[in-house]
Amino acid sequence: MRAARVLLRPVGLAGIGLLVLVVLVAAFGPILWDGRATVVDTDHLLAGPSADHWIGTDNLGRDLFFRVLVATRLSIVLALAATAISIVLGVVLGAAPMLAGRRVGRVITWAVNVLVAFPGLLLVLFFAVIFGVGARGAALAVGLAGAPGFARLCHTLVAGVSERDYVAAARIAGVGRFRVLFRHVLPNVAEPLIVNATMAAGSVLLSFAGLSFLGLGVQAPSYDWGRLMQDGLNGIYIHPLAALAPGLAVILAGLAFNLTGEALAGAFGIGDVATVRTALGQATATELTAPVPGAVLSVDDLRVTLPGVHQPVHAVRGVTFAIKDGEAVGVVGESGSGKSMTALAVADLIEQPARVEANHLVFAGEDLTVPGDPESRRKHLGTSLAIVFQDPMTSFNPAHRIGPQLAEVSRAHQGLRRRAALARAVDRLRAVRIREPERRARQYPFQFSGGMRQRAMIGMGLMGTPRLIIADEPTTSLDVTVQSQVLALLAEVRRDTGAALLLISHDVSVVTDVCDRVLVMYAGRIVEELPAADLRTLARHPYTKALVAAVPDMETDLDRPLAVIPGVPIDPPHVPIGCAFAARCPLADDHCRAVDPPLLADAAGNRVACHKAAPHSVTSKVTA
Amino acid sequence: MSVLSFRDVRVRYGSHTVLKDVSLEIGDGEVVGLVGESGSGKSTMARAAVGLAPVTGGEILLDGRPIPRRGPVRPVQMVFQDPYSSLDPRMTVGESVAEAMPGRPGKQARRAEITRLLTLVHLDPSRADDLPGRLSGGQRQRVALARALAARPEVIIADEITSSLDVSVQGAVLNLVRDMQRELGLSMLFISHNLAVVRYVAGRVAVMYGGEIVEQGPAAQVLGAPRHEYTRHLLAAVPGTIPTVKEPT
Repeated sequence: MRAARVLLRPVGLAGIGLLVLVVLVAAFGPILWDGRATVVDTDHLLAGPSADHWIGTDNLGRDLFFRVLVATRLSIVLALAATAISIVLGVVLGAAPMLAGRRVGRVITWAVNVLVAFPGLLLVLFFAVIFGVGARGAALAVGLAGAPGFARLCHTLVAGVSERDYVAAARIAGVGRFRVLFRHVLPNVAEPLIVNATMAAGSVLLSFAGLSFLGLGVQAPSYDWGRLMQDGLNGIYIHPLAALAPGLAVILAGLAFNLTGEALAGAFGIGDVATVRTALGQATATELTAPVPGAVLSVDDLRVTLPGVHQPVHAVRGVTFAIKDGEAVGVVGESGSGKSMTALAVADLIEQPARVEANHLVFAGEDLTVPGDPESRRKHLGTSLAIVFQDPMTSFNPAHRIGPQLAEVSRAHQGLRRRAALARAVDRLRAVRIREPERRARQYPFQFSGGMRQRAMIGMGLMGTPRLIIADEPTTSLDVTVQSQVLALLAEVRRDTGAALLLISHDVSVVTDVCDRVLVMYAGRIVEELPAADLRTLARHPYTKALVAAVPDMETDLDRPLAVIPGVPIDPPHVPIGCAFAARCPLADDHCRAVDPPLLADAAGNRVACHKAAPHSVTSKVTA
Repeated sequence: MSVLSFRDVRVRYGSHTVLKDVSLEIGDGEVVGLVGESGSGKSTMARAAVGLAPVTGGEILLDGRPIPRRGPVRPVQMVFQDPYSSLDPRMTVGESVAEAMPGRPGKQARRAEITRLLTLVHLDPSRADDLPGRLSGGQRQRVALARALAARPEVIIADEITSSLDVSVQGAVLNLVRDMQRELGLSMLFISHNLAVVRYVAGRVAVMYGGEIVEQGPAAQVLGAPRHEYTRHLLAAVPGTIPTVKEPT
């Protein structure tokens, strides 16, 4: 479906249309017009364009227009033959290292790399001399010269797929190398290879024209476009069309290959296909509301909509919460629950084409939903908001040293000079307990371990004076020991700076350890809010209870199976009408499936969105 | 079922020794949990056992004999961490499972075996014709488990098989692992960095640190009364409650 749509875009239509035309002419040209292309008209030697001969005749009085048409077949066949040689050799050489084992493979890779470094034209001329002048020699020469490039591409692709676990699994299962290659590897690298081959055919066509033009390719009496160009060149000042027409043919055929390749790339999902996404639909009306007093962050009815393939995806569907100064709030939920999207929206990091709406989204006195001066907005967020992401490898620029990356914050937002900013960066690295901060500041991100990168990331947040730290799964990729160090550091930073914390995590135990309050999210909504200390004991929403029960801890009863939540999480594009959890809920009835329960607060300020949640007779919030 | 023994196994990449003469025994029908931080050599143990890592010293034996690395019978199978990388996106669930079957079963037998295995891992057998793209992470991990079982293994190596799953799905996969171990009597090396998960499935636990096993013993003992400094350190870092381990029955 999608492939067809992409191919039917203008580029695809033009490319395929041209290609069909070229192929038809190549197939039928010689049959239809060979006679007219070879008939010698001695009355019109080297004639210019006329009604009889549209672009003139050559030195034997043969009609050049038909000669260009008839030359299509030889030009295309030779180009395709050479491309085929390149591909076959390239795939064999590219796949060989995988089959041949470590040592031989390394030699092959090394040889290919050396050959790739040679200029292509030099290789062509070299081979042309070896194989002799003529069409066959030229085809071999161009084909061989193109092989190293393909081998390199193929090798890279094969190496990428070979590292996938399914290849390892097949090996472990006893599947032979050749079968692994043909069954798992080649099918998974075929798409980019085909796309590249199509585009390569275009440039091979050009190389061929060049060789024939230089007299190294097709020899008389055969003729291709390059040969015709050479013949026409002598008279270029008198009959320019004689040389230009075959040139034009080369361009058209080359375009046909390249545009088709481009379209194929799009169809296989390599290129940019964002234009097939759907529009977001109408924005819903928002009413301005006042922020919760005393809150560093106050969010009312936050909605995040992303463009989807078939319909817009409502990733966050009306989330309301507030974080008081210095408070730690956790957000738990499964993937697709909208917890990360909520965090990104709060940090003003969601960009077009996604849409963020809210009645208000006030952070430290400034409503982020109201368009403001982007410069002062950046400064505001840059100095008072700190963010720690899950993957510390991607949150730093790998090409820059750590110190200057931290210093950048102070230079951009606080107007510090380079030296002063760098000094502050070193100081902040020391503050997050990185040993030898002067030396570490001069290192690159890859020289830091995962835990140290997270520390440095927290340090970057401390370049300003953060009032809120957003941490999105900050310890998920870390070991338990490193995790506890990073969490301790976060606690220490909060104690020193008084910053509030919004901690997103799938790990219930981490959240209960660190946070004061917990928001439980499901399918883009908050389904329950309660004190973190009560999460295991006083949760009222069936989803919260199930989530807590499903996670084994060091106390879990080993004799009983773990509680499981039946069914699968909601697919964000397909949220049902009623309660989103109804399909997996043991308590759900028809009312639940028809009416989405509102999120209601009790006297203690705990909130739950469930028709079946019984109110607590005794509220647990006396201490809070 | 059988006994898998690592005897003074050493794995070296260049000048870097990843496994330093490690010895570990996975008894008949036993689940041994392997814990430790990343880089401690846990995954290298797994990869060495299935022949994906070069063993430069010592030996890995199955019932006292070298593990066959050629031919159709592969008694040691592995399930990988990332369910999105462990299934070929172009092969149906059924094809992936069938690929691991020893010998060349006929069409009918193949079909029956796929149905049996998918049912065993609590997957609807009608999913056999689906491509992995239509499955969730938990479902993919079940397929990966079914594929490992298709080879009729004597030992299964599970390398962080629940780490990339959502918590609600993790529970289901852990239950499945316990069920299968009980029903099929599988011997298993269960690798995880999550101590609570290891505690739940493993009878014995080994703790790795810096390419060595620093402590091993019954789960209740290692996790309840750790003797090695590093194990204590590891347990203290577990978020949540103060660790206590009840006696498994």
